[in-house]
Formats: sequence, structure tokens, C-alpha cells
Amino acid sequence: MTEQAANWPDKLFATFKRAGIRQVGYVPDAGHARLIDRCRADADIRDVALTTEEEGVALAAGAWLGGERSALLMQSSGLGNCINMLSLARTCRFPLLMLITMRGEWEEFNPWQEPMGSIVDPVLKLCDAEVYRVRTPDEVEGAAERAVQLAFGDERIAALVLSQELIGKKVWTK
Amino acid sequence: MKLERRAAMAALLAGRDKNLLVVPGLGSTTWDLFAAGDNDRNFYLWGAMGGAAMIGLGLALAQPKKRVAVITGDGEMLMGLGAFATVGIQRPANLAIIVFDNGVYGETGMQPSHTQSGVDLLKVAGACGIGTCLDVGDEAALSDLADRLKGFTETLFARVQIEATEPPRVLPLRDGVALKQRFRTALGVGA
Repeated sequence: MTEQAANWPDKLFATFKRAGIRQVGYVPDAGHARLIDRCRADADIRDVALTTEEEGVALAAGAWLGGERSALLMQSSGLGNCINMLSLARTCRFPLLMLITMRGEWEEFNPWQEPMGSIVDPVLKLCDAEVYRVRTPDEVEGAAERAVQLAFGDERIAALVLSQELIGKKVWTK
Repeated sequence: MKLERRAAMAALLAGRDKNLLVVPGLGSTTWDLFAAGDNDRNFYLWGAMGGAAMIGLGLALAQPKKRVAVITGDGEMLMGLGAFATVGIQRPANLAIIVFDNGVYGETGMQPSHTQSGVDLLKVAGACGIGTCLDVGDEAALSDLADRLKGFTETLFARVQIEATEPPRVLPLRDGVALKQRFRTALGVGA
């Protein structure tokens, strides 16, 4: 992988800064590791480690009530934990910028990831989210900008779904 | 002698100032809050069970010069118990989480909640790192909590022991978009 290709998390971080993101909720995930590190190191971003992803949906609602923009980072399995809480975003039209790293779809070693991974896109659409799929590094920035615009401009749920082929294969050997 | 919920809510909010923002939980605490007097700085919940404390956290972080009171029920808090851990490591100085604990799920037929069988939310909050944890079981303690809500300076948790009663429902606005807009407008953060 070229250096340019490996830097897509930095492009996401730059998008956060341009968009004025002030709170970032997350459940740790290897695919988001670099973006989480960048957010934790930024004095103007409050990083909020969550015990479960649905907490982040409520956090984002509270942030917007108080006039701040936020983002929510999770792995595909975490979407399943969010479903009822997404009613909050949909009923009240809270902006919700979700960045979802995929598991269970490409060279996945762990079959337990496949049931949730296989239904991410339809579940998001059923929850009235706009889905932005990213498969290659050069798509990251444009898709992230569109997701930001939809989330905060239209007060909608925007999900940037980062494909497993973009993130790379998890190495299982010790 | 446990406290009556409507009177307890009214006592907590008596003399409320513009810097207090209130997020109740769905169901009874939303009715209690509305019964104590409608306010643009209330964000009533009709759903999102388990989310009240986290909404309060996002709001408290976004509005550090305001005070945020989450006032919810034991069942709602139990569904989002992890929020104690999340709040416990953020500890915003302007967030109070108050649980009206009657040991039952009042909205669904008075089935017992876990707190009735020994689950102690005060200990959970304390174990998660929330510095001030108050057990409010009488009028004097309630009055003390009401005073603290006017100027607390560290994350606060209070369990208010209330009777398992069902006062008449009084229903606030339930249009979520309208509730959101009026709240943001009151804070000057959105048209």
C-alpha cells in the first residue's frame, strides 16, 4: 500500500476539523485506531469512549441540543447495538454522522462477524440513514464531505461505511 | 417515609434559573417535569430508553457554562447502566444525574425493577467515579439537592427515593423536531 493510500484516516480527521466536529464518541476499533488517536490528541475535540455504541447516538443528540457537532465511530457489529436509539435521531431529526468500519465481508477470518456485517447496508437504509460506501482510499474524502453536508445541513443520519477491503485484513497470527 | 414524585420534582425546580437545562427520561419523569411547569429548556423524552444520561453528557460538554440535570427513573437508568461508566471518566462539572427510584416500572404495570431487589444505583455511580453521590430520602435531603442544583461544581449523582405511585399523566409536546428546535432556540444555538 502506498503512503497516500494508508493515510485515509488522516483525511477523515481533516474533514472533522473542517466541519468543526467537537465531540467524537467511539467504541474502540482497529480500523478506526489512527482516527481515534488523532481525535484524542486534538485539544478542540472531546473524545468520549463509550461502553456501547448506542450511547453515542444519545451523546450526539445532546451535543446538537447544545450547539455542537459530533461524530460517532464504530465497527459494523456496533450498528446492531444502536437500532432502537436511532429512533431518537430520526424522530427529532438530530444530525448523526456515523463512521462504520466493516467486518465480515472481505477475507474475514471470524465467521461471528458475518451475520451483522452482512446486513449493515439494509439496516441503515431501514433506519432512514443515507449510506456512503467507500471502497478505495481516493473515495474517502469526497464521501466524507458529502456525509458531513447531509448530516448537519439536512439534520439527518449519514453513515460513512468503510469497506473491509479499504481497511485491510486483520492479522490473526501472533 | 418516601417522597411523592410530583412534589419532589417541583421542589427540585423551584426558583429555577435560565442556566439550568433539564433532560427527563421517557415516561413518568417526563410527565413529572411537565407538571412542574413547561420550559423551553426542557427536552422531554418519549422514547430513547436508556439514553437520558448520555443526552445529558453531550449537552453538558457542549454547554459548559450551563448546568444540566438529567432526571430519570430507575428502569430507564438501568437500561443505560454503562452510561455511569462513560460519564464517570468524563466527569463534566456541570452534569447532575438524578434518579427517581421507586423500584418499579410504573408505565408498564408496576413490575419490580432490579433496584427493588438490591441493585444499588448509588454504589454503581460511586464505583464509576462520580464524586458526589447523594441518597435523598426525606424533605431535608431534597431541599439540599435543590440548593445544589443552583450551583454544583462537580459531577453529581442523586438517588431520590420516591413512592410507587401513579399520579395522573400530563402530556407535553411530543413532536421531537419541535422540542429540539425550541430548546436550541432558547440556547441561542439554532434558528
